[in-house]
Amino acid sequence: MSTLAFLLRRAGAGVLTVFLVASLCFVALHALPGDPSDVLLDETASAVDRAAFRARLHLDDPLPAQYARFVGDLVLRGLGRSFTHPDRTAFGAVAEVWPSTLALALAAVAVAWTLAIPLALLAATRPGTRTDAAVGVGSLLGMALPSLWVGPLLVLLFCVRLGWLPFPGPDAVGPAALVLPALTLGAGLAGILTRMGRGALREVLREPYIATARAKGLAESTVLIRHALRSALVPLLTVGGAQLSALLGGAVVTERIFERPGLGLLFLDALMQRDVPVALACVVAFAATVAVVQLAIDLLYAVVDPRIRVAA
Amino acid sequence: MLSPRSPRAIDLAHVLEGPTAAHPLGTADNGVDVLAVLLHGARLAGEVSVATVLISLAVGALLGGSAAFAGGRIAAVVARVTDAAQSFPSVIVNMAVLALVSRPGVVHLIAALSVTGWVGYARVARAEVLRLREREFVQAARALGASPARLFFRHVLPNATGPLVVQATFGLGAVVLAEASLSFLGLGPGASASWGSLLDQGTAHLLQTPRLAMVAGVAITATVLGFNLSGDWLRDRLDPRD
Repeated sequence: MSTLAFLLRRAGAGVLTVFLVASLCFVALHALPGDPSDVLLDETASAVDRAAFRARLHLDDPLPAQYARFVGDLVLRGLGRSFTHPDRTAFGAVAEVWPSTLALALAAVAVAWTLAIPLALLAATRPGTRTDAAVGVGSLLGMALPSLWVGPLLVLLFCVRLGWLPFPGPDAVGPAALVLPALTLGAGLAGILTRMGRGALREVLREPYIATARAKGLAESTVLIRHALRSALVPLLTVGGAQLSALLGGAVVTERIFERPGLGLLFLDALMQRDVPVALACVVAFAATVAVVQLAIDLLYAVVDPRIRVAA
Repeated sequence: MLSPRSPRAIDLAHVLEGPTAAHPLGTADNGVDVLAVLLHGARLAGEVSVATVLISLAVGALLGGSAAFAGGRIAAVVARVTDAAQSFPSVIVNMAVLALVSRPGVVHLIAALSVTGWVGYARVARAEVLRLREREFVQAARALGASPARLFFRHVLPNATGPLVVQATFGLGAVVLAEASLSFLGLGPGASASWGSLLDQGTAHLLQTPRLAMVAGVAITATVLGFNLSGDWLRDRLDPRD
């Protein structure tokens, strides 16, 4: 199967997943007891106003008709306008905050890999030593620290006591403002990747071809990085990809701590205000982001490990 | 009686005070005793994590394990569903479920966390069952005429418990963290004292009273680290793969 056919197949499966997730959400949101007109209009609204409001949003149509309208909107018009901010489209609201969440997630992934790879190499080449044990406990600690504690502590240290980084808030923009949120969000992933990386490297280092590479007289650093690490990257990519959705979700806590706008917070607000189009647009954005990244990781496998051919 | 004081007793004369004989860990907003919140929060974390893990483990092991054992089309469908469920951020689903109820309680929290929790156990159970399904002792039992249900529950599932127990131990810690996050987002059980809401309060008073955040943060971290270390230890003993 050619690479193009593989890409098309995966893209098709991705679109189907996104559509199914959105449909599931539509059903769930319409099954809830609260009525948008109760939440969005204040108590003084008359029955006539309520009826007009419901008619404008087509809330009185039978559910199948609303679903047909929703599918049409999703495909043709992008889910329509926000209930609470009618001057914005639902996807417009998502497009405003999506780059911020993506930047945070990518920075957290970068932090996690930068911490995990050297630590995994350090531990795997010294099995059973104190260094190995320290890295092991440290990685478990990284997984155990709640980001809602680490985040404020980092702010206290670097923004208040040391004054090295800008205080979080709407005015804090640019790469410097991304450092602490990325550390906060990336710590857990760094712990997981360090553990997996150590395990994968220990297995690879037992392989005969590592002994061959050493016997050829290659420098130990070449053996470790060009031969061992490259093989160990395959399981790490799998874990990294599977953890990405956790990272996108966990971003909501980090965004709340550092007062950064983001997809998770937009979704939370939309849920609380029963803003159905915006909530659905957020869900579609999450599902689509994960699908695209998963595809990218599948392609990266082939780059990292030539033995893996892109297959059906 | 878990603690001498109620985690809801208000004492406006002693707000955000340091440790005294009456309040060994000091007081929080509204003069609430921090030790009482810590102890009642521990009970909440224990209840929520044990209940969530048991429900998730049962659903995941039965669904993932039996589908893989049956094979064929059912196995393919269940594998697809678990893959799709795993690729969607679980916190987002937890938030959505809790936002549906106007006043989330402990039961809602457990339900919301279980909706996403089963996926990990289904994947582990699937991998274990695929590994065990064609082993000699299972084929021997099959040749002796054991029914599929007996094969699954008496021969395959008991041999898959090791990795599932390891996963469940790590899962307990993950639930404690998730509960703290959801409480921080304002979606926790409002009526109960929780570590997440204590930590939230503590971060609001971080500059004046760092003690609050320290108490809650250490409680959460120590608990999760304890579960993770136990999981690690159990893996060394129980998991035959390593």
